[in-house]
Amino acid sequence: MDYFIELFLSGLTRGSIYALIALGYTMVYGIIGLINFAHGEIYMIGAFTSFIVATVLSIYGFPLAAIVVVAGVAAAIWSSAYGYTVEKIAYKPLRHAPRLAPLISAIGMSILLQNYVLLAQTSDFLPFPALIPEFAFMEPVAHIIGSSDLVILLTTTVVMLALTLLIKFTRIGKAMRATAQDRTMALLVGINVDRVISATFILGSALAAIGGLLIASHIGQINFAIGFIAGIKAFTAAVLGGIGSIPGAVLGSLVLGLTESFATGYVSSDYEDVFAFSLLVLILIFKPSGLLGKAEAKKV
Amino acid sequence: MKINTLVAAAAVVLAMMLPGAGMAGDTIKLGVAGAHSGDLASYGLPTVNAAKLVVDEVNAKGGVNGKKVELLIEDDVCKPEVAANIATKLVSQGVDIVLGHTCSGATKSALPIYKAAGVILISPSATSPELTQSGGYPNFFRTIAPDNMQAKPEVEFALNVLGVKKIAVIHDKGDYGKGVAELAKGFIEKSGKGEVVLFEGVTPGAVDYSAIVQKIKQSQADAVIFGGYHPEASKIVSMMRKKRMSIAFLSDDGVKDDTFIKVAGKDAEGVYATGPKDNSKNPLSQAAVAAHKKAYNSDPGAFYESAYSASLAILNAIDKAGSTEIAAVTKALQAERVDTPVGTINFDAQGDAVGVGFAMYQVKNGRFVEVK
Repeated sequence: MDYFIELFLSGLTRGSIYALIALGYTMVYGIIGLINFAHGEIYMIGAFTSFIVATVLSIYGFPLAAIVVVAGVAAAIWSSAYGYTVEKIAYKPLRHAPRLAPLISAIGMSILLQNYVLLAQTSDFLPFPALIPEFAFMEPVAHIIGSSDLVILLTTTVVMLALTLLIKFTRIGKAMRATAQDRTMALLVGINVDRVISATFILGSALAAIGGLLIASHIGQINFAIGFIAGIKAFTAAVLGGIGSIPGAVLGSLVLGLTESFATGYVSSDYEDVFAFSLLVLILIFKPSGLLGKAEAKKV
Repeated sequence: MKINTLVAAAAVVLAMMLPGAGMAGDTIKLGVAGAHSGDLASYGLPTVNAAKLVVDEVNAKGGVNGKKVELLIEDDVCKPEVAANIATKLVSQGVDIVLGHTCSGATKSALPIYKAAGVILISPSATSPELTQSGGYPNFFRTIAPDNMQAKPEVEFALNVLGVKKIAVIHDKGDYGKGVAELAKGFIEKSGKGEVVLFEGVTPGAVDYSAIVQKIKQSQADAVIFGGYHPEASKIVSMMRKKRMSIAFLSDDGVKDDTFIKVAGKDAEGVYATGPKDNSKNPLSQAAVAAHKKAYNSDPGAFYESAYSASLAILNAIDKAGSTEIAAVTKALQAERVDTPVGTINFDAQGDAVGVGFAMYQVKNGRFVEVK
């Protein structure tokens, strides 16, 4: 039974990691129907930014809490700037082009950003400082769940709730929903659609940056390629949960994380991906719009 | 008009390329292929430095057989599909011999192309046993011992020195890592002294390895033998220490790299890894390291001495053979013993160097120290 709980918790951690990235995918898809393949790279840039800021601050001997906050804020701002710019450069000019064009543009952006970081920073793996301390009160259960796992779980929960509230009740959230439902109509009633789209990218990128900080601190190492695999898995999770839906992205991520964890634990880690993607195929066969996705109404 | 410009441009490009092509007979073209960028660049770049230093020295003394040695440096990022392209490119440039590739998988995919072109390949770092022991690649040589020569000391060390009985064998599903892991598993089972309680592959680059670490714990292993490279090794070790598991972690020379210690930090302490024997007492090795410090103002990286030795051995063989023709060079490589930083070596009929081997190292105070 202990073993089951351990696997369950490690699946939850993994799922929460995916969720922090998957939220950005799903938000962008919900608004403009684009799969933003550069999102994994935004996450990677967030990790690099927090790495640089944290390293500099720790040289000057700042307390850990201050480092985490400053690095988190800096990473969020910097990544948002990247997200905003990517949208303006690569997607906005293609807004009325066929759907395939922005998709290819997104893949191009992903490759560009990856290689930019490779050239501007390093091809090596860098040791990421442990920004999440080992809490003393976690010591009795440290062999089952670590402090960083706990922080990631809590952050994902808080972020998901805050995002749901934001979209349900705030002005910008309402504008986002209106834009998602019908962009032309939203324009007609006076919503600045461009600004709403930019806001979505900024928000998604900031979340990815926070994810970058937490996940890199959890794993302890970063390099320019970390965004790729994490991005693919998060994208899978978003599709699994119903792309475009925020609770769906979180649910999909948790289902994916738990599947992988149990597959590793009870079968073999050789087949972890086989199980994860078989599950995706099965769910898409029986529920093509994903677990919580709404069937897309054809516009006439 | 437009077409004319194009033709003119093409003519200029061709004219610029011609002198190079015309000089083909006047130099010995030594290809250097390996990982020069990407995750594993730290394994490939020292080879480039070694080749440059050796070639500069040889050329300063008048070259080999009266010909200067010219380097053709190509990056395969350790990917088999890229390696095959690089091999084709080098062959089309008229390469005579190739130093490389860095990784076993890439080497395996490039070898048939060199074989068809009659080009000898000498690798400082590709350790897959199949490359020499299958007999399928007569044009392949190496100055590093194959994996079964490091899986064996790993297993013997675990069973006899550490005295563990239950061992979890984990690998990264790659050619190299899985190769070492399977050999280790075989040696453990054959020894009759221990048992393999877990044998599994992990997915490189995954965001979290806590599930596999829980599984290792569940298997009640006393030690982990990991086959693979340092990025996964450091993630697994760190996760084990986070989960308060203090069992021994043994790995191979894919982990015996300073990047591992840098990334894993304090979690690296106590980790065992096999690596090429320490040659620091060998005066040739001291000279090679000093040359690197002088030229690049830094300590040489992984496989530097092996690459330095490979360059010396192959150029010596060409010198003794009097040509770059494959049969003559092969004969010279096998017959002539040559003094190199890794010792006095020649090559056996399969292409493995006689006189090189592995030793066991342990991380102590942030450095790999040889375990006597």
